[in-house]
Amino acid sequence: MEAKLLMGNEACCEGALAVGVDFFGGYPITPSNEIGEIMSRRLPKVGGRFIQMEDEIGSMACIVGASIAGRKTMTATSGPGFSLMQENLGFAAMAEAPCVIVNVMRGGPSTGMPTLPSQGDVQQARWGTHGDHPIIALTPSTVREVFDLTVTSVNFAEKYRTPVVLLMDEVIGHLREKVVLPQKESVEVVNRAKPTCPPEWYRPFEDNKSGVPLMAPFGEGYRYHVTGLTHDEMGFPTTKKDEVDALNQRLHRKIRQGFEEIMIHESFLMEDATTAIVTYGCVVRSAKTAVLEMRQEGKKVGLIKLTTLWPFPRIAFENLSDQVEEIFVPEMNMGQLYREVVRVNHGKRVVRKISKVDGEMISPEDIMRAIKREGGSGAKVY
Amino acid sequence: MAQQRELRLAGLGGQGIILAGIIMAEAAGIYDGKFVAQTQAYGAAARGGFSRSDVVVSDEEINYPKARQLDFLLAMSQDAYEENLSMLRPDGILVVDSTYVSDIADAHVYAIPFTRIAREQFGRENVANIVSLGAITQVSPYISEEAMLQAVEKRVPPRFLELNKKAFEAGKNAAKEAKQKSALQEEINEEM
Amino acid sequence: MQKSIDVYAYLRHEKKFPLIWCAGCGNGIILGSIIRAVDGLGLDKNLVSMVSGIGCSGRTSTYVDFNTLHTTHGRALAFATGVKFGRPELTTLVVMGDGDCLSIGGNHFIHAARRNIDMTAFIFNNNIYGMTGGQVSPTTPEGMIASTASYGNREPNFDACKLAVAAGASFVARGTTYEADSLDEIIALAIQNKGFSVVEVMTPCPTIYGRYNRLGNAVKMLRMQLEDTVTVEEAAGMSPEELKDKVVTGVFHDAPRPELCEEYELVIETALKK
Repeated sequence: MEAKLLMGNEACCEGALAVGVDFFGGYPITPSNEIGEIMSRRLPKVGGRFIQMEDEIGSMACIVGASIAGRKTMTATSGPGFSLMQENLGFAAMAEAPCVIVNVMRGGPSTGMPTLPSQGDVQQARWGTHGDHPIIALTPSTVREVFDLTVTSVNFAEKYRTPVVLLMDEVIGHLREKVVLPQKESVEVVNRAKPTCPPEWYRPFEDNKSGVPLMAPFGEGYRYHVTGLTHDEMGFPTTKKDEVDALNQRLHRKIRQGFEEIMIHESFLMEDATTAIVTYGCVVRSAKTAVLEMRQEGKKVGLIKLTTLWPFPRIAFENLSDQVEEIFVPEMNMGQLYREVVRVNHGKRVVRKISKVDGEMISPEDIMRAIKREGGSGAKVY
Repeated sequence: MAQQRELRLAGLGGQGIILAGIIMAEAAGIYDGKFVAQTQAYGAAARGGFSRSDVVVSDEEINYPKARQLDFLLAMSQDAYEENLSMLRPDGILVVDSTYVSDIADAHVYAIPFTRIAREQFGRENVANIVSLGAITQVSPYISEEAMLQAVEKRVPPRFLELNKKAFEAGKNAAKEAKQKSALQEEINEEM
Repeated sequence: MQKSIDVYAYLRHEKKFPLIWCAGCGNGIILGSIIRAVDGLGLDKNLVSMVSGIGCSGRTSTYVDFNTLHTTHGRALAFATGVKFGRPELTTLVVMGDGDCLSIGGNHFIHAARRNIDMTAFIFNNNIYGMTGGQVSPTTPEGMIASTASYGNREPNFDACKLAVAAGASFVARGTTYEADSLDEIIALAIQNKGFSVVEVMTPCPTIYGRYNRLGNAVKMLRMQLEDTVTVEEAAGMSPEELKDKVVTGVFHDAPRPELCEEYELVIETALKK
């Protein structure tokens, strides 16, 4: 494939189309608008369907409905819309409807700063909807990675029958870079497993080894019930404690069984590092520059890039060398992922957060000054 | 370290700053074959608010995608000039649209009336961004003229192609004049 | 005339009965009408989807042997839009309560009507939030008592049918559980309309609404439906004073117009040319 200049939001659409997304329901919101606009133009050319819904509540509802009707579905939004989607995102988790929600994070709280970046929705992606649900959330740092992680998000959604949140930030969503996309044939495509048994044998929410039940689309002969109520293996509402417990346990187990595959992370110059920077999204870019420049000054700094945010990739820290004494977590929020890093390090090393909430991307200088305690930066170290 | 150059275009919403940034990025990345990252910042107003676009060009993969110290600044409004000047390296190249930027402290500047040229020669101010791209190829070495023109041809609507090519040419000519003037000024400065 | 049909063939009678509705509730009558209409039209159960919201009416989907989706409060039409737009060959029936459809779901209701997406929206109107204990709803008539309107409701109520017509629904009708025979016919017409159809059905809630307002038992409430109801044709010759406190039934609006899924085929056609 030839090199192209692509924006993050454009790469998201390319990834979605390459992995077979054929239904998009959405509502306009900055800075995610390009995604809906492009999908509205591209989907009808490839047998897909686009609908602009009346609000984000409806967008989320309609992609779940379409998913149950057999489509590969996606929506895209930003903070205020993501808040509205939480209700039916929870439904998707409970009804095990595969779908992908792209959240291009902007400044908050509330309507905040529509055109400026933040990483303020990290914990919302985990706990935004009520109830003790599992979730997967991934976050890209380059335009090419937006493509790759959109593919991965859709594949995880299909494989684990779960909503997957692709947490972008405004910097990455609107960043243009030169990318070479893979040939469509080389893109891995996972499709949900469908039942092949006679309809009368089908148990739509049956437990099995993987914890992921087979999914029959509406209209293909398997007439069954889907509900947001706690349900038994046939999909019917139940309050029997053994059935209730079995469902809740299974919903978590199906994700837990995939931890190794799901918890994506990367290390950069960590072999001899005594100081680690742990970060994600656009800040990975600043951190890499900071690592390279501090290494030139002889400081042993390395980087752990968290690509998966939820489930939190604790395995990235399990084999971390004892020579790592200090960890810095730069984030464009007041420390939402920092607390997870503290949690999984069990007090073994000093963890400090570097927070920046002024609507600007964290710069390499912000990180370097914070690590060297120089002050004078828009970012605060704690 | 790799040779990395940081270029910024700044002005007002409606001046085509972001499109110009995209064209520059495409020229550098696709037609000159370099690594490139283009970002932007803009206010809520589609017309008249602040608008800026950063283009980072490098021989190697780019990490931090925004400008830290500018090698090049194009200021299309007085505000944009004042807000961004402090980020320009001492040896950086400064170009202003003299239609709007009149109060200039820096002596080393290419002052070219992009908007006036667009208005007077083409009857439409909205090609001022393309005029400026033509000029940029003459006053800075970071993006080749051929690449820039190819990127313009790709990104503008076909029915406006001829107009934009002419605008590009007008920008080039204006920049050549400004360069001569600047060289003359340097000589005078040296003599004095 | 109604023929005898095997209702059981449409019910998940081995799986999910007895149902949760109170004795005297009208919802079962509406369910019977829906089944008879579907049977009369000879629809393949595999190609029928029923989507419901939350409340007493929301449970309807649990009991029928279609492709059933019991969604969140007020969102049934938005989910159904995904089901239908995602798989247009499905006949889509959407069951909602009055609060479900007209209060929390009001925005989805007017936009589904505006799009004229091919589905039939049923509003089971019992004038109150039954399942949550009798709170006032947007269809509770003025002066009536509810658990959150103990001193009498002072807010005007919606006319769901007028709202539906104004928003663009291409078929709009109202029936009552008393007149089950004509309800069967209305529902059959609604399903056959290629577009967004609304069928509002007045259904008695003797356990909550009836008790709060001392309207008597289920039989009395059904009889009231007979006494308080006039047909569209009868209403045409009546004065506004005479129509006060009357419920008008029948088909109000039957005006087919372009349907969303069919229109999208034109979008596809145009897109493929570009």
